[in-house]
Amino acid sequence: MIIDWAQFTPGASLGGGALIGLAAAILYLADGRIAGVSGIFGAVLSGTRAGLEWRLAFLAGLVAAPWLLGGLPAGALARFDVPLPILFLAGVLTGYGTRIARGCTSGHGVCGLSRLSPRSLVAVLCFLGAGMATVTVLRLLSEARA
Amino acid sequence: MRRLLRGCVPLVAGLLFGIGLMVSGMVVPAKVQAFLDVGGRWDPSLALVMGGAIGVALPIFRWAGRRRFPAPPHGPVDGPLVVGSLVFGIGWGLSGYCPGPALLAAGGGNGEAMGYVFAMGLGMILGTRAGAPDFRRA
Repeated sequence: MIIDWAQFTPGASLGGGALIGLAAAILYLADGRIAGVSGIFGAVLSGTRAGLEWRLAFLAGLVAAPWLLGGLPAGALARFDVPLPILFLAGVLTGYGTRIARGCTSGHGVCGLSRLSPRSLVAVLCFLGAGMATVTVLRLLSEARA
Repeated sequence: MRRLLRGCVPLVAGLLFGIGLMVSGMVVPAKVQAFLDVGGRWDPSLALVMGGAIGVALPIFRWAGRRRFPAPPHGPVDGPLVVGSLVFGIGWGLSGYCPGPALLAAGGGNGEAMGYVFAMGLGMILGTRAGAPDFRRA
């Protein structure tokens, strides 16, 4: 394992993470709601009327962030050259998988682990493992091509 | 007034969540992939994002669980949980986008992220059709 110290941003990542945790905590404190982005977006897409208002408000706040902070970070590109059809497939897999598992990085990761849920721990280990394996394959493919 | 304030909570939570995603580096797919690339040049930053988030949320969730809300039941560890999480992990690794950052980047005007969110929406509809969620809690 080689740690890429030049790219390591401990302060910003810890601080940003704390903000994410704070957001999840106030949503839970106010009404016992879980800040799980895939669940919130999925419920809106499926046309669930109940709770539509708070879900839309949360998504509006999320999308407002880059506008308030003066735009997305420059060069927000993928590390590997992935063709567009594969990227589209990745989107479908992410949407499908998070619905089947009922949660993603925020719902199972931040909220589930904070609730000490065994179910969420299993989910996190699965998506982390699959993500690491996938990136390893991408790297080996790009090294083979070079 | 109280009702109005309460109505603002999800908006403020979404905004803080989005600012956190931006500050932490979660919206940069290359950084996410560098975190997942443990065998290559590994950038451990995103472990600290999760650490910071849980460090703040865990004590508050625990306190709220005791004082305000009866602890919601933990669901079962079952096949769909494992399979769905593995499938999501592949999509996450391929793109560097999980749902939150993808929505944020699409809303911020990134064309690639918009396409990704469209595909993600299709996947979610397929997943819901496959019998995934009942949105039990409004």
